Amino acid sequence: MGLFILRRLGVMILTALCLTFIVFWLTNLYPNLEKLAKTQGNFRMSDEQVETYLGNRGYTQALPVKYGQWLGVLPGYVIEGTDGETRARCAAGRAPTEDTATFCGILQGEWGQSTVFKDEVGSIVSTRLGLTGKLMFWVMMVMVPGALIIGVLAGMREGSRTDRSLSTVSIVSTATPEYVSGVILIAVFATPLFGMQYFKGTATSAMDDANFNNFFLPVITIALYGMGYIARMTRASMTEVMTAQYIRTARLKGVSFPNIVMKHALRNALIAPFTVIMLQFPWLLNGVVIVETLFNYKGFGWTLVQAASNNDIELLLGVSVVSVFVVLVTQLISDIGYVFLNPRIRIS
Amino acid sequence: MDTLTWTGSLGSILVPAITITAAVFVAAVIVQLIMGVFAADVKLQANPDGTLQGRGGLLGRLETYTGWLFMLLVGLIAAFIVLAWFMPYGEAGILGEISRRFLPTWIALIVTFIVSITFKRKLGLYGKLFDSTIGMIGFALVMFWVFTSIFVGMFDMIGTHDPLQQISGLKNKLPGVAVPEGQDEGFYPHYLLGGDNLARDIFTRMVHGSVIVMIIAPLATIFAFMVGITLGLPAGYYGGKLDTVLSFLANLILAFPVILLFYLLVTPEIVATGLPNFLAAFLFVFPLVFFGVLINSRYKTQGSKNTLYLAVVLIPLAVLYLSVISEANSPLNIWPNALDLITIPGGILVVFVSVVFVNSPTVFRIVRGLALDIKTRDYVAAAQTRGEGPWYIMLWEILPNARGPLIVDFCLRIGYTTILLGTLGFFGLGLPPESPDWGSTINEGRKLLLIYVHPALPPAIALLSLVLGLNLLADGLREESLKD
Repeated sequence: MGLFILRRLGVMILTALCLTFIVFWLTNLYPNLEKLAKTQGNFRMSDEQVETYLGNRGYTQALPVKYGQWLGVLPGYVIEGTDGETRARCAAGRAPTEDTATFCGILQGEWGQSTVFKDEVGSIVSTRLGLTGKLMFWVMMVMVPGALIIGVLAGMREGSRTDRSLSTVSIVSTATPEYVSGVILIAVFATPLFGMQYFKGTATSAMDDANFNNFFLPVITIALYGMGYIARMTRASMTEVMTAQYIRTARLKGVSFPNIVMKHALRNALIAPFTVIMLQFPWLLNGVVIVETLFNYKGFGWTLVQAASNNDIELLLGVSVVSVFVVLVTQLISDIGYVFLNPRIRIS
Repeated sequence: MDTLTWTGSLGSILVPAITITAAVFVAAVIVQLIMGVFAADVKLQANPDGTLQGRGGLLGRLETYTGWLFMLLVGLIAAFIVLAWFMPYGEAGILGEISRRFLPTWIALIVTFIVSITFKRKLGLYGKLFDSTIGMIGFALVMFWVFTSIFVGMFDMIGTHDPLQQISGLKNKLPGVAVPEGQDEGFYPHYLLGGDNLARDIFTRMVHGSVIVMIIAPLATIFAFMVGITLGLPAGYYGGKLDTVLSFLANLILAFPVILLFYLLVTPEIVATGLPNFLAAFLFVFPLVFFGVLINSRYKTQGSKNTLYLAVVLIPLAVLYLSVISEANSPLNIWPNALDLITIPGGILVVFVSVVFVNSPTVFRIVRGLALDIKTRDYVAAAQTRGEGPWYIMLWEILPNARGPLIVDFCLRIGYTTILLGTLGFFGLGLPPESPDWGSTINEGRKLLLIYVHPALPPAIALLSLVLGLNLLADGLREESLKD
């Protein structure tokens, strides 16, 4: 078990390094840097000026060196620029002083400076993550019980009318991406068009003060898309369990149907959905970006869009580190959780 | 011309009838669901006359009635659609006129269904689809959009105006608005679903959007399958180091948040470096490899036949490949422009490449899993004993036997690709902003959503119906393929 977790951790760190390197490479391609120089310096710079601007700020070093500095395993650059000024990475681009650290990368907690929000990347990411965490918490509270109930009810009696209707409902919900259900929900419940204007169409006010009125629509929009998938997985797992030998034994012993479902089937049927719920996180991240943009809820997904569309390199890197980390950690938890929950693997 | 109402003169009878039937149907389904949870199991009894006895009692009767109600509802809606064809212009309201605009699609759909149902016993899995209600509904929805895109894209039939034409005074006007006086003879006199933020016809843009989706989504899915199959089969069949490396790479792409990847790949700066072109050059080579190996592994013992077949298939493919990846104004310009058959407009190649790139690892994993399962079968062992080469076994023994799950996943994946395309459009990535594809139009419409609802809803509902159709179709196919 310990070896298994160690090996998974090793693969996870390797994956994280590869992914962050890819993001780093893509964001540090020359056209991106040129755009950065022009937006930060001035728009009428000639090609040579762009070159010196970037060179003075350490952007023209070799890619692995830059990556190492950003990660914090290589010492930050100290460059005496062609304009006579000395700039050090670890002194936020000013001349180094006595107490300037040698290493300053994300490993040391230095995430850099956002050019759009004019703030520390670390603090932006943490506040935005908090807001998104609030959204995700409520999504999970709605989605997981709903999906499990639908899945168990449908899988209880395979092929019955209940099964068919609920399966159709879950197919409809998986076929409705967030930007479609969000638009339809806003049109129906947030505009006077259908006479059912119960909720607010934006969630900007929910950032400070979330209530049912302004938070219901974004939550239900994300939950609906994920719900169908989890429900179908639960149904598949439930139907498989319901045909197992021990369920037949219980039936022959005369155990009542509700008892069979609640006491014998449910526990084993919920192992597979657990991993599915965990693996839904990357997709939920997708949904979060769409919904936060649609409802103007300034959380993590919204920050990703802002950083990416404004070429905010440091912030984009920070955001991608966090999202890659979230995805990999949930994968790890789902692997370990599967082993823990499944007695057949746990005991052997 | 007057403004059109939603249902015109048909509405006064048919709309209340449809509403009441629908309400009763929904209520009956809910009651039935609740009763179904508590009901005892059905015990099938064989009667002496050879019939089977189903569920009796109140629940059984309710099930029969809901069936009838559903048929009645479908009949009423069909009546509305059909009656509208024969009414004079404007009498049947907006919905009636839309139904009339779709007339070619309806005819094609009806012909397809009549032919398919007549010959369904001779058509294999496709014919069996017509035994399942869910599958038929899904097939109808999918074929509706397929036929619509064909008629719009090839014959320019269904749309009422030009998708880019702006008529001043119709900005954000509600559905059914009449175009101002003073247009030419034969100019379509209404904006059926209203005007968008730039005073363009929403209905026309919606049907033109289907063409873009219908070209990109299936093609991108086919390419993703080519990549997934060509890499997944050897990974599953050989296993070992190759499998470890390929699986690691697939997991790497899968762990990438899709939207981040899109933002990184589709920005103009990245496009300027030619990265998407190189990625295209890499991804599009897989169909060539696939067909080359497919033919070579089968006919390599018959020299002249092998050369002939390879030449017939590979030379056109290679020309296509070179003219697709080589673009005049991009860093990758390796093919003389005079011979460049296809010039893919600006953003489309980027969108196409990123969608294929995101989809292939999932296909890879599915194919790898299937290959792992099937390689233990006896017929594979028999082929190995016969001395067949590994690629022959993979492509001519394993692949045909994995077709069931792959066909089902193909349908699902087209739907998923449609959703991805919509996501790209929703963030305004890749396709030009005036493009009528559904994602971009939803993106346009959502900006003023709280004031004007009507521009965003039609593309949203269109996308929903297509993806839903593909999902239902996949479900029906899965169910029917599991039956034998």
